[in-house]
Amino acid sequence: MDYEFIIKFLPLYKEAAILTLKIGIIGIIFAIIIGLALTIITFYQVPVLRNITKFYIELSRNTPLIIQLFFIYYGLPKVGISIKAEMCAILGLAFLGGSYMAETFRSGIEAIDVIQKESAYSLGFSKLQTIIYIIMPQAIRVSLHGIIANIIFLLKETSVFSAISIMDLMFTAKDLIGIYYNTIEALLMLVLFYLIILLPVSIIGILIERKIKYV
Amino acid sequence: MFSYVKDLGIDVLFKGHNFLRLMGGLLVTLKISLISIAISVVLGLAFGILMQKKNIAVRVVSRIYIDFIRIMPQLVLLFIVYFGSTRAFRINLTGELSAIIVFSLWGIAEMGEIVRGSLSSVSNHQYESAEALGLSRLQTFIYVILPQSLRRIIPISINLITRMIKTTSLVLMIGVVEMIKVAQQIIEANRMLSKNAAFGVYLVVFILYFLICWPISVLSMKLEKRWK
Repeated sequence: MDYEFIIKFLPLYKEAAILTLKIGIIGIIFAIIIGLALTIITFYQVPVLRNITKFYIELSRNTPLIIQLFFIYYGLPKVGISIKAEMCAILGLAFLGGSYMAETFRSGIEAIDVIQKESAYSLGFSKLQTIIYIIMPQAIRVSLHGIIANIIFLLKETSVFSAISIMDLMFTAKDLIGIYYNTIEALLMLVLFYLIILLPVSIIGILIERKIKYV
Repeated sequence: MFSYVKDLGIDVLFKGHNFLRLMGGLLVTLKISLISIAISVVLGLAFGILMQKKNIAVRVVSRIYIDFIRIMPQLVLLFIVYFGSTRAFRINLTGELSAIIVFSLWGIAEMGEIVRGSLSSVSNHQYESAEALGLSRLQTFIYVILPQSLRRIIPISINLITRMIKTTSLVLMIGVVEMIKVAQQIIEANRMLSKNAAFGVYLVVFILYFLICWPISVLSMKLEKRWK
């Protein structure tokens, strides 16, 4: 084990981890927003938009992130839409995550009795008020576990970003292996940094699940 | 019409053997995922049954194994096996073999978790009733518990197939020439002739992935609904 190597390149990994986290968090926030919007569309069976939503969910769930990214990053500029690599990554993550979030919210909403909706209407709530004040708070509670699982899944998917030459953890590790041939050290740091990113989220997920179970 | 196709760069695929090459890449993708799925289903079933044991050592080891595999991005695991094994053990694994090892390890963990979950969801009185009817432990498992669990296991494991096929796309990062890599090669080779090839070819690959994974997802969803 070459400790000097580890100490020397630790800052490089830290930078890469911060970049990964930054893109990941922004992408996840967009994914949640898309998911919420799609859920509202399906909940109220908005014509036309409903069909587009269904198609989008199937399309995004049944294709790998890497080809989505390649299409956005290499394909779209050919038809005049040029986007920076980091924006592509956020866009790709949001495109992938939106459908997963929507499916999780949907299953949460399905778990809530129709009577809640009917009662809200009879109290004079509007459609939008019903979903924001009555349905969503309950649905999010039910689907919280699924949301955390999605967040972990999306954070894991960020490892693909190196394919569109973003200097993330994978890119850094591969670079160092290529230049210095310190494979073991480079891989060890890679694993450690992913654990630092993913373990807290995973533990929060377990804690939340436990809390909900006991309430 | 034809000029429109050319503008999108799809025409590249119909020159020479390009489309056949792309299909060849698809076969590599499918080969890796199907072999890994086969290994995962068999060993994952055994692993899930093993986890039913009350033995502390078995529990701790399997928990650590499952949690590590599930929390690490698959790409990291690929790097560990592909680059790490060469350095640490002086063995030279091909990209394809490393991919099969990683996806099998991942599949066994996922499958084991699915099997364990559905086995433990069979209620206790099923065991007790079987015992009261004089069935042996093996008979109970084969005739009573397994058929009920399979109704839960099969839809989720079919879903695992689509996840496996999607994840196989990562192998291009360790130098395996699969569908996306072939697409890249075709685009590079025709850079001068067809400037828009990147759009058309990647679009076709995108659609191909969808056409493969979508029917499998639909099947999984249908089975899940029917057997609820």
